[in-house]
Amino acid sequence: MRRRRRGGRAGVLALAAIPLIVLVVFFVYPVLGIVGQGFVSDGRFAPGAVLEVLGRPRTGRVLWFTLWSAGLATLVTLLAGLPLAFVLHRLSFPGRGLLRALVVVPFVLPTVVVGVAFGQLVAPSGWLGGLHVEGTAVAIVAALVFFNVSVVVRTVGSFWESLDPRREQAAAALGASPMQVFRTVTLPALLPAVVGAATVVFLFCSTAFGIVLTLGGLRYANVETEIWLLTTQELDLVGAAALSVLQLVVIVGLLVLTHVTRKDAGHVDRAAGTGRRPRRGDAWLLGWSALVLAALVLPMLALLTRSLTDQDGRWTVANYRALAGTAGGTLPVSALTALANSLEIALVATCFALALGVIVAGLASRRPARATGRRAIAVFDGVFMLPLGVSAVTLGFGYLVTLDQPPLDLRSSPWLVPIAQAMVALPLVVRTVAPVLRAVDDRQRQAAASLGAGPLRVLLSVDLPAAWRALLAAAGFAFAVSLGEFGATSFVVRDETPTLPIVIYRLVSHPGALNAGTAMAASVLLAATTALVMLAVERLRVGAVGAF
Amino acid sequence: MPGIPSRPVAAALAAALTTTALAGCALSSSGQPDDDPKTVVVVTHDSWAMDKKVIADFEKKSGYTVKVRPTADAGELTNKLVLTKDNPLGDVVYGIDNTFASRAVASGVLQDNTPRNRPAGAASYDLSQESGAAQLTPVDYGDVCVNVDDVWFHKHGKTPPTTLDDLTKPAYRDLFVVPGATTSSPGLAFLLTTVAAKGEDGWQDYWRKLVANGVKVDASWTNAYEVDFTGGGGKGDRPIVLSYASSPPFTIPEGKTRPTTSALLDTCFRQVEYAGVLSGAHNTKGARAFIDFMLGTEFQEQLPDQMYVFPVDKAATLPPVWARYAKVASDPWSVPAEDITAHRTGWLRQWRDLTSR
Repeated sequence: MRRRRRGGRAGVLALAAIPLIVLVVFFVYPVLGIVGQGFVSDGRFAPGAVLEVLGRPRTGRVLWFTLWSAGLATLVTLLAGLPLAFVLHRLSFPGRGLLRALVVVPFVLPTVVVGVAFGQLVAPSGWLGGLHVEGTAVAIVAALVFFNVSVVVRTVGSFWESLDPRREQAAAALGASPMQVFRTVTLPALLPAVVGAATVVFLFCSTAFGIVLTLGGLRYANVETEIWLLTTQELDLVGAAALSVLQLVVIVGLLVLTHVTRKDAGHVDRAAGTGRRPRRGDAWLLGWSALVLAALVLPMLALLTRSLTDQDGRWTVANYRALAGTAGGTLPVSALTALANSLEIALVATCFALALGVIVAGLASRRPARATGRRAIAVFDGVFMLPLGVSAVTLGFGYLVTLDQPPLDLRSSPWLVPIAQAMVALPLVVRTVAPVLRAVDDRQRQAAASLGAGPLRVLLSVDLPAAWRALLAAAGFAFAVSLGEFGATSFVVRDETPTLPIVIYRLVSHPGALNAGTAMAASVLLAATTALVMLAVERLRVGAVGAF
Repeated sequence: MPGIPSRPVAAALAAALTTTALAGCALSSSGQPDDDPKTVVVVTHDSWAMDKKVIADFEKKSGYTVKVRPTADAGELTNKLVLTKDNPLGDVVYGIDNTFASRAVASGVLQDNTPRNRPAGAASYDLSQESGAAQLTPVDYGDVCVNVDDVWFHKHGKTPPTTLDDLTKPAYRDLFVVPGATTSSPGLAFLLTTVAAKGEDGWQDYWRKLVANGVKVDASWTNAYEVDFTGGGGKGDRPIVLSYASSPPFTIPEGKTRPTTSALLDTCFRQVEYAGVLSGAHNTKGARAFIDFMLGTEFQEQLPDQMYVFPVDKAATLPPVWARYAKVASDPWSVPAEDITAHRTGWLRQWRDLTSR
């Protein structure tokens, strides 16, 4: 008996080694490679210069803006996203699938394009010109919320959906008001998923780059834009290294904080229904959700309008016709070919992220009896969140300077793009799947094991049926991340096979009205493709629920 | 029924693995080794555009295959080359401009190169000897100038500005939008214009006045021109923008012959773009051949239409609308390349403090 347990532990360690090795090779090593250059001067380790940068008053200002803008944006995102998660995942009404797909769209839109769309909305002559938020932090926070609502809706929503509704029913039957039920039963059960989503959103917001630059009119700088500035424009590797260290400190602090506050999740039930019909009591929730949806749709509408008009404001489809061309040689391939590249790469990246993410989530949801084991698992869980909190510029430059020699001569390998994207998608997969796995009642696994099921059989017959929905949600998310990823991709993408966001960026930075219009049309294409993929995933979900 | 789910799950897993394998095959089949001496890898900025026919002509004549790697803007391009010096990203670089030239030269990322046939007049764009004339060959140039929307000024019965000083006058309050010097290369060029015009100790005061007069600073040229400029694609709110001397021809309305905007030629800074052979290039011969080709008539005459810049070859024929409406400054502002290298970071930090309120 004892020998078998030791064998089990070796198996667990071997399994844990796979994602860890990938993380070390494609994240830790490149980041250390570039950050390390800031710590070394004349071939000697000299951390003094880095410490000096940390003491600059500007560093303090940049850090403060990063923290408060990301914190505020996270709070607003939760306020906007949680009711929407309930409405789109616990209620059942016609058009729900379409709305769910729509909510994900902002997440993949290229920041350059959203910057243009938001800029036009808030400009004095724009639809929202009367709000006078142009060039202010309000515009930045609003855009951050726009991007991240989908993270909350999808990660919390898929968990909420699988939450056993009988506890809430029991509380209600015992006389609790809907508010009491939510506060004492639903919220505590949801908390792990909410905290997970909030962590991810905060990390996304604190590493936001294009939005802060474009909408802040250069008056605001966060750690991410500062790293970009120091690395790409000033070649101040010492300063960039200092800020990268700062980013790491922030993210580790955040992870420790979320770990301390983490409680056990409510139990999930694999037979959870598809949701109930809306009641009169849901009115204010529905109203609020409609408001949030309208706010999400407005910039998309602005984008759509711009893509369908020419320089003089007349309606035209010329921008869409130009999608098949290469803008007179500006692009190596047409936008349509780039879309095909994007889809192919996204498919590979999704498979990578899912395979690794499931291993990580599976291991992270284990609950060993000993404290050291629990701590090891918490650390294991945490390190896979790191890619979200570290600058894409740092990672990209890291790839350039480290992955250039055999056996890791991958700088121009076609595999590097999906791998880089999978590193970004991985934390999302883990955060979506882990809460569900953690919420599976361990006694079910023990029962299955005592009835003679092997570990694999337990996984397939206990964990998978419960996590199935979350897995699909995670797959959809990983796909969306890959479709929209720009930062790291721009460093490693092969020129013959650019992705759609790369093509959009090149179009937008090229003079000429048709180029700008084509970029808008290409963004609509990207948005529509994302929505279609999400709809397809939705269909799969319904089918899967029916099969169990 | 715990046994049932395993079948669809296994099927889904198998399907996922198969698609990964297939997509992976498709991905790797397009891979080619870079060490091929028959290939020339051109590293350039992301404004690169060239007619495929022109490149094909070079390939036919020389027997080399050309691979173009566009990457970021001139500044980031230069820094990438510096960081990858020991294992360069390609054979030849095109697109380092006079604001970043001396950094590239000083970091030793380039090797000497003497082009075979230099076009008439090209030598006037050369860097100074100490800044690296032996390594960087001028290919094209463009003037970064303030542009005005003539139609807007006509409609509002106002006279457009003509000089840098005009921009600080109350008549042009809240009308000027400029891309940032820290985030865009035309923005940096405009900062250098003011340094050249107002002196190393006077430009700060000029910018204070600009800010007091309501100048809007955007992150990128795209945002300034396409969103905030009244004459750009987005129908913005500001009729004065920092752009290029070559921008006006692009504002000729359909069916008309005259542009709706014009460039103020007293406010221009000249950006010269260079090509050079990277040290450690796998294909030095091919790199030299490509630079020679870039100086040839065929490539030079394509530059205006493809990349909106002027050829260094004075004898090259310009497109008809360019000949009429894309004027160049007769006496543009300039700052020596070595001064730019020495002061860039300091100037940019000062500028950052001046413009962030």
